[in-house]
Amino acid sequence: MCGHCGCKNTRQTLSLHQNVLDKNDHYAEHNRVLFQHLLVLNVLSSPGTGKTTLIQRILRDCDLIAGADPLNRYQGVVRPGVIVGDLATNRDAERLRQTEQPVIQINTGNLCHLEAESVGKAAQQLTLDSLNLLIIENVGNLVCPAVYDLGEDLRIVLMSVTEGEDKPLKYPTMFKSAHAVVITKTDIADVVGFNRKETLEYLRLIAPQALIFELSATTGEGLTNFYAYLNQALSQRIAPAFV
Amino acid sequence: MHEIGLMQAALSVALDHAQTKGARQIHRLQLQVGELSGVDPDALAFAFDVVSNGTLAEKAKLELIPVPVSCYCSSCQQMFQPLDWVYECPCCHQLSADIRQGKALELSSLEIS
Repeated sequence: MCGHCGCKNTRQTLSLHQNVLDKNDHYAEHNRVLFQHLLVLNVLSSPGTGKTTLIQRILRDCDLIAGADPLNRYQGVVRPGVIVGDLATNRDAERLRQTEQPVIQINTGNLCHLEAESVGKAAQQLTLDSLNLLIIENVGNLVCPAVYDLGEDLRIVLMSVTEGEDKPLKYPTMFKSAHAVVITKTDIADVVGFNRKETLEYLRLIAPQALIFELSATTGEGLTNFYAYLNQALSQRIAPAFV
Repeated sequence: MHEIGLMQAALSVALDHAQTKGARQIHRLQLQVGELSGVDPDALAFAFDVVSNGTLAEKAKLELIPVPVSCYCSSCQQMFQPLDWVYECPCCHQLSADIRQGKALELSSLEIS
């Protein structure tokens, strides 16, 4: 019987309103506590955009980042660590370790994105107390990683000049989640016929909240502006304790 | 294809509730799918068929309720529902990134017996 009127209907409806991502969001909040003394970047893009190359450059240019802001907001030492996610292999971690900075590789198997729980576990393998910048290189994918909060401060979404100007129109969820969009490989923009004006217009329409940077991690052009942004983010996140 | 993982998470919550209530069967699961939740409803339905197999929800009907995006326009100080992926206020044409609804994926209700 139903328990209300005594009819024979034994079915009952439970009203739940429970967020399906509750578990991941819970781990992300744990990570935020773990990361409270760090600036944490979640770096996202499709495969081959140049996430690893840009991170490699950042790891080598820590001194430049410390002096990058014209107002010198953050003048302390930048002490980075990296967590890098791929379906398979340690290749990216090995590339990044050439910079002699601490790097942890996560192999996700068949999973197309990083989740907060695995990032939290990987972070335990880094000496977090000795760092002030944590860079998380997500799995190359513009779809699934958009949904998962890892406990980051900033989401940095990359697109390269070779990928097509309409990338923001095709993957709006990801671009709308970005704090900053970085257009990479600008050194070959002319060769591949990159239409800068069109790209910037699509980004403005889809991601009006995002700051936009254009750079080449290979030649170094445009890096100064991006480093000034990181410098300011470091100062907001970790100053004054570490300045 | 993160929908499998998300559907597994939703089903696990549903099964927990059903078992707590001593249910023998789940007849219906209702999920609210935000337009900006990053989830494809068809993939979610496919995932449900796979992950519900052999559980109390094996014969359940999955209802996916789309939730449109709502934005707030700071100039007009009012909410609006954008027509497409460009979140432009219909009154002042200013772009908005202040998204108040449509991001969530929520298990809203469950019918059990």
